[in-house]
Amino acid sequence: MAVPVDTSPRFSEYAHPERLVSTEWLKANLGTPGLVVVESDEDVLLYETGHIPGAVKIDWHTDLNDPVQRDYIDGAGFAELLGSKGISRDSTVVIYGDKNNWWAAYALWVFTLFGHEDVRLLDGGRVKWEADGGEYTTEVPSPARVDYPVVERDDSKIRAYKDDVLAHLGNPLVDVRSPEEYNGERTTAPAYPEEGTLRAGHIPTAKNIPWGKAAAEDGTFRPLAELNALYREGGAGIKDDDTVIAYCRIGERSSHTWFVLTHLLGLPNVRNYDGSWTEWGSAVRVPIVKGAEPGAVPTR
Amino acid sequence: MTDYQLPESLAQIREDFLALEQRDRLLLLLEFSNELPELPARYADHPDLLEQVVECQSPVFIFVEVDDADRVHLHATAPKEAPTTRGFASILAQGLSGLTVEEVLAVPDDFPDTIGLTEAVSPLRIRGMTALLGRTKRQVREKTAA
Repeated sequence: MAVPVDTSPRFSEYAHPERLVSTEWLKANLGTPGLVVVESDEDVLLYETGHIPGAVKIDWHTDLNDPVQRDYIDGAGFAELLGSKGISRDSTVVIYGDKNNWWAAYALWVFTLFGHEDVRLLDGGRVKWEADGGEYTTEVPSPARVDYPVVERDDSKIRAYKDDVLAHLGNPLVDVRSPEEYNGERTTAPAYPEEGTLRAGHIPTAKNIPWGKAAAEDGTFRPLAELNALYREGGAGIKDDDTVIAYCRIGERSSHTWFVLTHLLGLPNVRNYDGSWTEWGSAVRVPIVKGAEPGAVPTR
Repeated sequence: MTDYQLPESLAQIREDFLALEQRDRLLLLLEFSNELPELPARYADHPDLLEQVVECQSPVFIFVEVDDADRVHLHATAPKEAPTTRGFASILAQGLSGLTVEEVLAVPDDFPDTIGLTEAVSPLRIRGMTALLGRTKRQVREKTAA
């Protein structure tokens, strides 16, 4: 029993407006049966300082990643996590977070790997909620545990591995990192030197569209015309029937771009390469291009 | 160095964290975060004196003072949207302040890994605190190198 979608006119131009809710919608719908609000932040303590009333916390690192292997939790782990948060398979989940929903988009992408159908973003995340006078509480809800089915992850449709990227060369690739990382001037993201690599640069032919360009100053997604200018003709040159792979450093910033391409532009074949630069930039014998130009597909 | 003893202030902080369940360790970190003092006015007006710790995921700036009695004082500032980083800075500010130069320099570089927070905040994030400690010790060395 899905909760009705947000019919705000400003979302109607997007391909899948049902994937976004506004702060007004959320204020009006808090507490609706079937709705679970999830906060997912970069800062692991931000939720504890105050969150939207009734929201549960899911941390990208301590909850969604496998603690040993570099991979996501498995179907059993996901079922346990969601059940413990009071989320059923048919719950409407609205995710929000810090940094323009960067981590919220990442959580939404992981939910999608498990085929959770109704998962939406709060447009603008924490910043917009605060700007619109939204309330916070430090009271942590204790949801009644529910049964969430064990559904195995489907990595075949929206997730790309390194070998998939090699086979994909010649098709559109979007590098959503900062220009400095793309050019190869640095092996780490600005302010993230702990996630370094052995080599710097970008995957041959990748176009550099830093993820944050899709967000407006207030944290909400930019209007469709501006997004089209970024990613379609005149920008990255992506066409409707293209298969596209987006990547960044560990796959979080590119989840944000994956959301834009898939749900706002409506492209049907977009994958996120979560290994991203921390894998590619340390892998043996993969092609790399340095400098501001995308470069050509290697011939061998 | 088998007979090395952590200064009382740091040992107490470590003991307090280790006595708690994982979830409560986060709440203690939040307490530290809330206790991070405002910068003394003389630094608030001089951002040029502060050093940014670029290893942290959020903007955090530190300034180390060594007083006439060779005691170390650590000042730090980080935005309220970055409570984890504030918490790390606050632990070090409280744990190191008032120690002698020699005591600060002797603090093991892996102290942040030993206070039971690695699992609660993730190993990746704890590295921000390691960097804070490293930069603090470097500033102490620079300021006493005369």
